[in-house]
Amino acid sequence: MTEALLTVSGLSAAYGQAKVLFGVSLEARRGEVVALMGRNGAGKTTTLKAIIGMVEASAETLRFDGHDIRRLETFRIARLGLGYVPEERRIFTDLTVHENLAVGLRPARSGRAPWTLDKLYKVFPNLAEMEGRRASAMSGGEQQMLTIARTLMGNPDMVLLDEPSEGLAPVIVEQMAEAVIAMKAEGLAVLLCEQNLHFAAAVSDRAYVIEKGAIRYAGTMAELEANDEIREAYLTV
Amino acid sequence: MDPAFIVIQSLSGLASASSLFIIASGLTIVFGVTRIVNFAHGSLYMLGAYLAVTIVPMLLEVDRSLPMFLLGVLLSALIVGVIGAVMEIVLLRRIYHVPELFQLLATFGVVLIVQDLVIKLWGAVEIPGPRAPSLRHGVFIFDQRFPAYELFLIGMGLVVLGLLWLLMQKTRFGVLIRAATQDREMVGALGVNQAWLFTGTLFLGAFLAGLGGALQIPRVAVNTQMDISIITEVFVVTVIGGMGSVPGAFVAALIIGQLQAFGILIFPKITLVLVFLLMAVVLVVKPWGLFGKPDAAAGRAILPEGILSLKRFGRVDTIIAGIAIAVLLALPIVGDNYMVKVGIEVLVLALAAFSLQFLIGVGGIVSFGHAAYFGLGAYAAGLLVTRGGMAMEPALLLAPLVAGGFAALFGFFIVRLSGIYLAMLTLAFAQIVYAVCFQWVAFTGGDNGVVGVWPSAWASSRQVYYYLVLAMTLAAIIALRHAIYAPFGYGLRAARDSAIRADAIGIDVGRIRWFAFTLSGAAAGLAGGLYSFSKGSIDPTMISIPMSVDFLVMVLVGGIQTVIGPVVGAAAFHSVKDFFMPLTDFWRLFLGLSIIMMVLVFPRGIAGATSALVDRKRSVTLPAGGV
Repeated sequence: MTEALLTVSGLSAAYGQAKVLFGVSLEARRGEVVALMGRNGAGKTTTLKAIIGMVEASAETLRFDGHDIRRLETFRIARLGLGYVPEERRIFTDLTVHENLAVGLRPARSGRAPWTLDKLYKVFPNLAEMEGRRASAMSGGEQQMLTIARTLMGNPDMVLLDEPSEGLAPVIVEQMAEAVIAMKAEGLAVLLCEQNLHFAAAVSDRAYVIEKGAIRYAGTMAELEANDEIREAYLTV
Repeated sequence: MDPAFIVIQSLSGLASASSLFIIASGLTIVFGVTRIVNFAHGSLYMLGAYLAVTIVPMLLEVDRSLPMFLLGVLLSALIVGVIGAVMEIVLLRRIYHVPELFQLLATFGVVLIVQDLVIKLWGAVEIPGPRAPSLRHGVFIFDQRFPAYELFLIGMGLVVLGLLWLLMQKTRFGVLIRAATQDREMVGALGVNQAWLFTGTLFLGAFLAGLGGALQIPRVAVNTQMDISIITEVFVVTVIGGMGSVPGAFVAALIIGQLQAFGILIFPKITLVLVFLLMAVVLVVKPWGLFGKPDAAAGRAILPEGILSLKRFGRVDTIIAGIAIAVLLALPIVGDNYMVKVGIEVLVLALAAFSLQFLIGVGGIVSFGHAAYFGLGAYAAGLLVTRGGMAMEPALLLAPLVAGGFAALFGFFIVRLSGIYLAMLTLAFAQIVYAVCFQWVAFTGGDNGVVGVWPSAWASSRQVYYYLVLAMTLAAIIALRHAIYAPFGYGLRAARDSAIRADAIGIDVGRIRWFAFTLSGAAAGLAGGLYSFSKGSIDPTMISIPMSVDFLVMVLVGGIQTVIGPVVGAAAFHSVKDFFMPLTDFWRLFLGLSIIMMVLVFPRGIAGATSALVDRKRSVTLPAGGV
């Protein structure tokens, strides 16, 4: 079997004295949508930030697309084709929608059709209508779409997607799910942090459950849905 | 007033505003992207002027024409741009993750280095520049003669504004600068190499500083004080406009330009004061400046770690303190006059540094203008004795009261702010005090100061005065130390670490910070009063920015996380300064390099480093990743 696109093992991280991750291991293959499920404070966001190099972390293995990314700066990891969509969105509110997308623009790696504005606007039709608008004048849902679109402009092979459904109206959540499915259809892998089981179940192939900084369960999404015990223990509030 | 006069006056205000804007836009762009307040921006401006007075005359030899003049100006600015880029690669790149106080100090180290290099290369004598060919005449506006070059400057300001607008809106570099100004970490996560973006930004910022400096050569003789005088003005412009905002810098420069042009008619002596007063008012009404936005990065604590755990004196510490006091008591008996003089200075500076550490390490209030309170104490004592005919004893009592009173007044505004804006406001108030003492010649003696500040007869021997200083500084330090260990000190630290949580448990954060500021100012004032009697004179260097920086360096040398460190730092700093300064013509160069090395190697200072050796468990962690 070929190597997974993203391989993580023994990933530990701390904020100052407070340890947050205790040897997290997970992997994702090309074109696969993998959910990382867990409650608030379980370590989902830190896992993503540690992978992308935004928090200091140590790991036994941290490989992406055949490269050891443990010591790489964030922008180098991004240039290898690993996109990151933060939970708090972090769009550039002073910039227009178009300029936000322009910041994300990077040439496509060989063998992949690049994301064009037209293609993005098909996935996120709302954005097409507000190209020249300042991002500060957008609704939360629109901002969430923009932040995903901005990362896709970098033509990544994989996207780390942090709680895209959080705080959004059900109809927008549905659009997010469609967006993830569209990304998968383009051959992208997605590591999706979620608390919303319905949303995750609708789009994911496999799932990990994280609690107190360690992976407690790994399996297919269907298995997780069927496993009441795990769900009760780690996911219900 | 005659309308023609008003027009002329406002035009000359516009010309200064143009120059200010060109320089300030560079500073504000650099701050926006790198979050570093670059003290050396004024030095880059000065370098631009010195390069231009060298390059432009050479080009005018070839062809005495306006294009050659402009070519020379442009070349100078480009060279400064390259210097800025080198500065980013060599220094700034290493300090993006250190606390902002250290960044400020490190860039001030560059200021010191450039000052000595400029004197070495160009000499200390001011150099008059060539005038611009074809722009030497006057233009008549309402029958009033107005220099054509000033009109040209107004045009240049608008051209720079236009070009910057195009750069920011229409180029990828500009869009990235604007994006990074908002969230540079996210820009990195989108695959942008921040290192090059930052280097490019520093090139642009330094180019603008150099351009501003080079354009000055027909107006002012180039001199070695240009750096400090412009940097304070430019700080004011960027702070009023909102740090990081180019349009803000433009509007603020316009306001300041007009304020100076007309202020000089009404209050000829205190134009500087007006400018800083405006800044203080703007910051109180709009804490982020006119066009600035509340920003977590700009408002975050300028120092992530002050004093974390208070240790009471153990047996070893008590023995060391006892020995130290015994040595201090014995000094006049065993030492010569010179040692006693140095001893007095060390004690005075130790108190000043300790009072600053009280603000910084305990209160998290990073004052960049602590010399103001030291100087106010010195001036109060000195003027009461010389002008008021008062004796030393009441003057020494009044010195801390006057300094404390001003600290209460200024502190009322200062403690409302946080982070870099707070530091800027402390600097502004210090510059107000400096400007008043410098410009009010009749009362304060201006640049020369006042001599004849002598102790009373009984304390006139150096040995006796030494014991007086020893008693008073020790008493003040012990009293302040007591306050640190009292509930007041705990409350202050709580307010430092989380103002919101401290507020929630019933601590009146504003008041406790205000009180701390006042107390610290009074202690510094006592130190200043004692200092003036030991010198026998007062002069404005006691209030200057370099003095404030000296205090900060003492605190840093001693270690920001230790209670007693500043005392050690003051002793170490002053001894080294006293020993080396007479030996070298390059004291500032040496000091600047030392500050930079200290920031890079020992961010916890000497006392901090030794306590780290003793207590290896506690490891200092600076914020990781982009901040």
